[in-house]
Amino acid sequence: MKAYARELAVAATILLVLALLAATTHGFFTVDNLSDLFLANVPVLIVSLGMTLIILTGQIDISVGSVFAVCSIVTGVAARAGLPVLVAMLIASVVGALLGSFNGALVAWMRMPSIVVTLASMVAIRDGLRWQTQGAWVGDLPGSFQRFGLSQAIYTVLMLVIAALLVVVFTVGLRYFRGGRNIFATGSNEAAARILGIDTNRVLFSVFAITGLLTGFSAALNAVRFNQIPSNSGIGLELKTIAAVAVGGATITGGSGTIAGTVLGVVLLGIIGPALTFLGVSAYWERAIQGLIILAAVSVNVLSHYRRRQVSHA
Amino acid sequence: MQNVSSNSAPPLAIAAKSLTKSYAGVRALRSGSLELLPGEVHALIGENGAGKSTLTKIITGAIHPDSGELEIFGQRITENDPNRSRSLGVAAIYQQPTIFPHLTVAENICMPLEREKSGITVDWRSRKQRAKELIQSIGANIDPDRLAGTLSMAEQQVVEIAKAIGAKARILLMDEPTALLSERETEKLFALVRRLRAEGVAIIYISHRLEEILTLADRITVLRDGETIACCNACDVDRAKLIELMVGRSIESVFPKRSVVPGEVAIEVRGLNNPEVGLHDISFSVRKGEIFGLVGLVGSGRTELARTLFGITPVHTPIILYGREVTIGSPAEAIANGLGYLPEDRRQHGVILDMSIASNITLASLNEVAKRGLLDSAREQSVAEGYRTSLRIKAPATDTVAGALSGGNQQKVALARWLAIKPGIMILDEPTQGVDVGSKSEIHELIVEFAERGMAVILISSELPEVLGMSDRIGVFHNGTIVATLSWEEATQQKVMSLAFGHEVEA
Repeated sequence: MKAYARELAVAATILLVLALLAATTHGFFTVDNLSDLFLANVPVLIVSLGMTLIILTGQIDISVGSVFAVCSIVTGVAARAGLPVLVAMLIASVVGALLGSFNGALVAWMRMPSIVVTLASMVAIRDGLRWQTQGAWVGDLPGSFQRFGLSQAIYTVLMLVIAALLVVVFTVGLRYFRGGRNIFATGSNEAAARILGIDTNRVLFSVFAITGLLTGFSAALNAVRFNQIPSNSGIGLELKTIAAVAVGGATITGGSGTIAGTVLGVVLLGIIGPALTFLGVSAYWERAIQGLIILAAVSVNVLSHYRRRQVSHA
Repeated sequence: MQNVSSNSAPPLAIAAKSLTKSYAGVRALRSGSLELLPGEVHALIGENGAGKSTLTKIITGAIHPDSGELEIFGQRITENDPNRSRSLGVAAIYQQPTIFPHLTVAENICMPLEREKSGITVDWRSRKQRAKELIQSIGANIDPDRLAGTLSMAEQQVVEIAKAIGAKARILLMDEPTALLSERETEKLFALVRRLRAEGVAIIYISHRLEEILTLADRITVLRDGETIACCNACDVDRAKLIELMVGRSIESVFPKRSVVPGEVAIEVRGLNNPEVGLHDISFSVRKGEIFGLVGLVGSGRTELARTLFGITPVHTPIILYGREVTIGSPAEAIANGLGYLPEDRRQHGVILDMSIASNITLASLNEVAKRGLLDSAREQSVAEGYRTSLRIKAPATDTVAGALSGGNQQKVALARWLAIKPGIMILDEPTQGVDVGSKSEIHELIVEFAERGMAVILISSELPEVLGMSDRIGVFHNGTIVATLSWEEATQQKVMSLAFGHEVEA
């Protein structure tokens, strides 16, 4: 039980918030509201899965928001050019994977610090896109584009299925695949991992490439929600995903964390904003309170880590 | 020189009595004593792990002793810390100078001296002037405007000394200051040390180079097994006497006996060179079932050889494994060729502290516990459980996090991991370092077991009795090469130490 203390604590907080909402407000637990909330957070959830891998290796990727924006536009442009929506999604995913691979190659083989590499790509990609699109949205999309031509309800269910599948794949993958072990080993002690014959460069490259792929895929999934695609989507996505991973209990220096924790982190940070609105707290507080939650979560990490160190030194 | 007045004796610079210090149950210092006079060069010698660095760390306040007394200039020190000892005039200069490479010489010298000054502005002119004066006062000549990173190792030492003099150091602690210096640079450093001595500075001089010590030091304190066993005048002793004092102990632990039937040659190395890590002309071979000990001073090339063989610092020259030439370019290739390597620094390169015991054990052999690419938890647990029992790893369960275990048990986990890849050749680098006595003899038994099962074992250790007691043959390292290979019958502590210190041994 102790092993899942963090996940339980986040889950308890979520239940507390939900209970508070149930007791004091009306309208939160409607199907419409919940499905809107869910759909808005699907990209955060999917990208957070990749971000978990990156943070497990002790790295970080702050370019996901910009990659997301590019891939959204790519989806729209491809669809407008007459390609089937699924092909458009595939192209967006490949573009995401390529951008992620670029970051990953610089981090893994050039040994450049990931914060600098992805900061540079964040700015370069976002401003490159702004220059290319001149801020124009992509419209004139074919009729079959929006929600793949599905009804709102079926589209929502489809998203639920995809999100659930990905969560399962990543949970199982981290636990039961060699690659998963290699990620933990690399993040926990890269020197030791190398001596064990693990190609840590390849591990680092892979987690960035996978995150790029997920970012492109989620951008395409999100793009089809509307009949127009903004050129500035994904702003702040890096913060939301990194925060979710941190709240979920992963140590930012690498080596420990779980997919379950990340999913709960996404849920908690996703409901806290709307919850405040429903509770009548000014929306201006939303970010401040999110910040406090992140700070609290990281403090707990540091303290429990510190205690463990004390024990092992005794 | 000493002004012997009405006071009976001049105050000692340092009087340390029966200092003790243990780390996690391991006694690093049993009874460390030292009497340092102002205006003398006092050498501190002993084998690796004899307690020299523990004793000096207590003096500089980096660590606290468990018991014992320490006086600095007649002042009883109970609560020491680095700031306190610095204010009493203690300064330390380490083998690797601790300079800021991107700052100028003047900044490097003056920054620590300005810490006490009030104000937030920097007076560049006076800073430069001060640095220049300090450098000149020790008879050196370095431009204060140069970037410290561009200085040679010897010049960096000079900067360190200037820094210490600027801080009005009256006790100077020098740890292997000549290790990285050329002969001419060493001469200059000695002149500087003698000059400081004439000015009344007390100098603690740690070195492995006995000739140096005999020419430079006034008195010599010898540490052995964490105990001060002698303090003698340099003019009363010679090299042989010093070596005898350093090693002359009975082998305390009884090493497991076994009947060796060495098999075919498992690994053979002929004329291996790796100039990048300072190795040259290394030749040796190890048979199946044989334990080959490697001894030598720290930095003589033992660990570098292990890392080269294992492909961490690879070379392109092939080695011969079971009569077949192979080139090992990475740890993965080494593992594929049946090599295992237990690295020296457990925390840095060994166990992964965040992972469970079971995951740690199977990490190098995941194929063994995987079915079609998927890890089989049940199989993993049972493999780990098997090693937990056979290696007597003391832990509540195999899913306990490795970081929660004692040093000895962490080391067993690291060993189990390498056993799990079923290596034919196992390189063990300091397998019992920092391990409690009980685990130590258990690890010794395990090593013997490996050999009995036909493994070729290369055992690197700084503990002479361990190597002598365990090995069938012993290779002695000096300055990046194996200078001699001895059978266990020929190998005595004196002989091995003399060779390790670079002396010829009469037949």
